[in-house]
Amino acid sequence: MVAITESEASSLTVREVSKSFPAPDDPLSRPLALDAVSVSLAAGEMVSLVGPSGCGKSTLLRLLAGLETPDSGALLIGQEPIVGPSAERGLVFQDPNLFPWLTVRRNIEAGLVARGVLREKRDEVDGFMRLVGLEEFARAYPHHLSGGMAQRVALARALINHPKVLLLDEPLGALDAFTRMRMQDEVLRLWRARRTTMLLVTHDIDEAIYMSDRIVIMTQRPGRIERTIAIALERPRDRSSPEFLRLRGDILELLHFAGKPI
Amino acid sequence: MLRESRRGAEVSLPSSPIPTRASFSTGVWRSLLALPVAACVALALHLSVSRADPSPDALSYTLFLGGILGAGVALVALQPWWPGLRRWMENMFPIMAVALLLLCVWEIITTGFRLLPLPYFPSPAGVLMSLLNDRALLFDSTWHSLILLLGGYAMGVIAGLISGVCIGWFSFARYWGMPVLKVVGPIPATAWIPLAMVVSPSAIFSAAGLIALAVWFPVTMLTASGISNTKASYLDVARTLGAGRAYLIFRVAIPAALPNIFIGLFMGLGASFLTLVVAETVGVKSGLGWYVSWAQGWAEYGKVYAALVIMAAFFSTIMTLLFKVRDHVLVWQKGVIKW
Repeated sequence: MVAITESEASSLTVREVSKSFPAPDDPLSRPLALDAVSVSLAAGEMVSLVGPSGCGKSTLLRLLAGLETPDSGALLIGQEPIVGPSAERGLVFQDPNLFPWLTVRRNIEAGLVARGVLREKRDEVDGFMRLVGLEEFARAYPHHLSGGMAQRVALARALINHPKVLLLDEPLGALDAFTRMRMQDEVLRLWRARRTTMLLVTHDIDEAIYMSDRIVIMTQRPGRIERTIAIALERPRDRSSPEFLRLRGDILELLHFAGKPI
Repeated sequence: MLRESRRGAEVSLPSSPIPTRASFSTGVWRSLLALPVAACVALALHLSVSRADPSPDALSYTLFLGGILGAGVALVALQPWWPGLRRWMENMFPIMAVALLLLCVWEIITTGFRLLPLPYFPSPAGVLMSLLNDRALLFDSTWHSLILLLGGYAMGVIAGLISGVCIGWFSFARYWGMPVLKVVGPIPATAWIPLAMVVSPSAIFSAAGLIALAVWFPVTMLTASGISNTKASYLDVARTLGAGRAYLIFRVAIPAALPNIFIGLFMGLGASFLTLVVAETVGVKSGLGWYVSWAQGWAEYGKVYAALVIMAAFFSTIMTLLFKVRDHVLVWQKGVIKW
């Protein structure tokens, strides 16, 4: 196991952030993707972001990663403003996006190479290979991996930089139901082991309830925060307990997916 | 019920696609024996057509076919102890056998029935004789062609990679470079020959420059499109891993563009062969292209064909080497097996 260093996590603040993009059919209009969104995460917190597709969840994550800049508002990590991409904010997509020309091991090392610290930190690579259970596949190329294994490599690749915040953009969205539930436990184990602040975008309400301390629900485009729900259930959570199912019903109702009485 | 289904399985066995041992080994033997049999046929045919005039041409061709027959028989005798050799023979012997039979057809048309006018269409024996008699000059010409080709190709590839990466990555290079590429690139390199002869102090340099130009265009084009089509999410991932510009270019964009770059390298290689031969024919006083036009000037068509045979072997060897390099570099693309 990788040694747990002193709290590496950092808080995250989104204050009144708006972001617009040019419309694909009419470049002159710029409809808002995010409209004055404010949300904050305490250090070490696991928060899920749910909402209808196109509500700007991924945009918010890309803003936090530093891959986009907001039109207005402030994005802070700890007390520092976010100005661009950095290794302290890891990002994992739905598509693992492993570099197909690198072996599993080299993919995991990529962050160390990019920061020019491979020589000092080479010993850590084995730890991360073990952390995600992929020692035997060190020399395999990504096209040899199943979806779940590839996503574990992507997680290890993001974690090797010891990010203060891990941004997860539907990381388990492409997996089958069983692999998905196993991977949820895996992510929770990594989170408990490292206490990294995690922001998880998901379409799966069960996943959000199962994993997170709080669920932030966003509205249809332009994205706004509709409601934040704290999940006080004891971990490990039982997916079929009455409290779990009640929360599920509440959230579905908020998203207008609950059955309507006719 | 159970017994019946088991019998059903037994009945369906013979029709399964897995070959039984007997049919497998006859198939193997058929391909292994193809070459020796074809060599026997060619030898018999050659001896019967050339009985009329026992010239030295005929003798060397007899020895050549005899050598192939001997080598084929020896390999067939050796293969039980060397599975790798057997696989290669199974794959290659049918092709070689057909090539020998085509030589037979050629010999029937030329020496046999004398259907084609001499000296333009010599027999295979005549070509072999020219090859043997003029081997020193042919070797020298091949050597000169190789130096010129590799020099020009290397320059073209280096220039093409640099300009391709710049045009693919930097938008200002794209803005100014693309028009040049679009206007100058499609002109065949050989069209510059008149200019190259005037500008350059020596024919060798101008030929190398022309080959480089012919290689430069496809390499630049394909490299630039490969670089600019790098999946944006690879670059995003690299940025969030702490990558700077050098990492993004050299460790993300270029590896991602490599499949495209290799297409450009292959296209450039084809263009370089063409330019090499034309340049040697009109300007440079050495090399295989020069040899062909020189032999043609003396109406020694046996030598022309001998040079063509050498060219075929020479160019296809270089092509094969590039394929090997590609297979080595792009090993990560191979296979789709999932664990």
